[in-house]
Amino acid sequence: MDIKEVPVTQTDSKGKKKKNKKTKKKTAEDAESSGVEQKEEKMEKSESAEAAFPPTFSVSEIKNKQRRHLMFMKLKQEKRKQKMQLKKKKKKEREALGDKAPPKEVPKTIENQRVYDETIVDPEDEEVAFDEGTDEFSAYFNGLTNPKVLITTSDRPRGRTVRFCEQLATVIPNAHVYYRRGLALKRVIPQCVARNFTYLMVINEDRKIPNGMVLCHLPDGPTAHFKISSVRLRKELKRRGKDPTEHSPEVILNNFSTRLGHSIGRLLAALFPQDPQFVGRQVATFHNQRDFIFFRFHRYIFKNEKKVGIQELGPRFTLKLRSLQKGTFDSKFGEYEWVLKRHEMDACRRKFQL
Amino acid sequence: MQHDDVIWDLIGNKQFCSYKVKTKSQNFCRNEYNVTGLCNRSSCPLANSQYATIREEKGQCFLYMKVIERAAFPAKMWEKVKLSKNYEKALEQIDENLIYWPRFIRHKCKQRFTKITQYLIRMRKLVLKRQRKLVPLSRKVEQREKRKEEKALIAAQLDNAIEKELLERLKQGTYGDIYNFPVHAFDRALEQQDEEEESESEGEEEEEEEEEEDDEDVGKREFVAEEDVEESDLSDFEDMNKLKTSSDEEEEEDEEEVSSEEEEEEEEEMEVETKASRSKGKSPANGSAARKKRAYVEIEYEQETEPASKSRTT
Repeated sequence: MDIKEVPVTQTDSKGKKKKNKKTKKKTAEDAESSGVEQKEEKMEKSESAEAAFPPTFSVSEIKNKQRRHLMFMKLKQEKRKQKMQLKKKKKKEREALGDKAPPKEVPKTIENQRVYDETIVDPEDEEVAFDEGTDEFSAYFNGLTNPKVLITTSDRPRGRTVRFCEQLATVIPNAHVYYRRGLALKRVIPQCVARNFTYLMVINEDRKIPNGMVLCHLPDGPTAHFKISSVRLRKELKRRGKDPTEHSPEVILNNFSTRLGHSIGRLLAALFPQDPQFVGRQVATFHNQRDFIFFRFHRYIFKNEKKVGIQELGPRFTLKLRSLQKGTFDSKFGEYEWVLKRHEMDACRRKFQL
Repeated sequence: MQHDDVIWDLIGNKQFCSYKVKTKSQNFCRNEYNVTGLCNRSSCPLANSQYATIREEKGQCFLYMKVIERAAFPAKMWEKVKLSKNYEKALEQIDENLIYWPRFIRHKCKQRFTKITQYLIRMRKLVLKRQRKLVPLSRKVEQREKRKEEKALIAAQLDNAIEKELLERLKQGTYGDIYNFPVHAFDRALEQQDEEEESESEGEEEEEEEEEEDDEDVGKREFVAEEDVEESDLSDFEDMNKLKTSSDEEEEEDEEEVSSEEEEEEEEEMEVETKASRSKGKSPANGSAARKKRAYVEIEYEQETEPASKSRTT
């Protein structure tokens, strides 16, 4: 062990120090005379300087785990101390300068540092406006069709999923829940179209909890496949209000900035009827943050023109888009506009799709 | 020489047979040439030199036969006959090949063949039906996504975003005339609520208001929450209850003002006032008119009811 340590410690001659531990360090001199070890080291300890790390040193070169861990902790403490000192200094300077101090720096967040995506929609973009005027949702947005939603599940749903579907049906006006008797989706779709449904929503279940959603816009519209996570049913919400009424809620869509985000936003917005009833004071929110779409359902009240109070009713869940497919549900032959690729996501933390 | 009895004597009961599986009630035979699957004297392919089975390969059934004449040639021991896909024809083929064979083996072969065709039919049907595709989840990836979701939730600050959006919509006038907040430039410039209260009181009689407000606060017990959010929610409740019953209260007060005044009414009046001063309610026109009347009358009785209100709240 001692002999092996020689090449390591030769580079670290200035010294790492361990105050209360036996160090088997050798200085360059001792390395040559290999016999003499611990006594000389102890003497060296008191002589050598305190914690001056040479540039080539790195904590990971220490082979002993315990010691390495201790050195690492020390390093961290040092760094923290330096940081605090820096902060204090800056604060003092700021106070000293008073009004002339430079403005506070904005902290970097992931949203600030987001990688520029060329598909971010410019509000005045004509091409986008034209596309949106002629896509599958134009009929809805021009007020021609009223949404009618069919909610169903995968085979043999368990209690939680069933309750989730029921609550969704109260939140979305004009929604009907049907029990899936093992029918194939491709056969269900023509029947829905025949009965004037505009949306087909299938909640997929795994291990007794809902974990996926297929949202299919019916007269050959796009199909989106989402992953559902953190579903909270009504009785699990704290400080919630009474059940939602039959009034159509307003819709809030936040942060859908790219082209893909825009189409998903329109897809979700078309679930609700075009004219909300403000009397009901209910609002459904789809908020996109870092590619997670959070759904909330609130009742609001304006206390005065500066303050509004909101109270959460209704279920809450999070969606993450997995794939968007043109045309109705067809997993084999459908044309996929966008598919989530795992590795693409993990490559850059600041890059988002929606 | 093939001594079936000797063989059976050994592997059947006394010594070890590697194909035998013992359970509490029965013995099974794992030999792939076994017709029935049980470990019996008559079903053991090792202990019978004349034996026949049906086996299935990729949807095709074959009849395998073993006779004692070929016992010396293990490579050529089993004779393989392809059976037709037609069920009845295949049965006839079995009969034809196993003619003069013991009844037991013939019967068992036909039984096995029937069972095999049945499960092949079922397999073909299942393929046509919807198949469940199992997608493997990588635990690491799922954990990572969960953490990202939590952080995104924190970064989203949903309540604030929703409130902001709603206020924006109110400003832009998407709600039309439902909410009668007086939108003056003067009001807009003022940012604090105290200033707003002052502007309200300017429209009415200041002194009375201030006196009342001071005296109101003296005896009144107010429950303050730690966090802003809770506060808004709680006051939401109060507001909503009050708003629902506000019209009732006003009616009562209008009637009773004329007659005589008691403690309770004044309590209600004070409550309605505080609500009105806190929020520009839905019908400020009525409220202000009633308030003006009430304010004028209340001055006379205020001092009397002060201690009473204190006792009430305690």
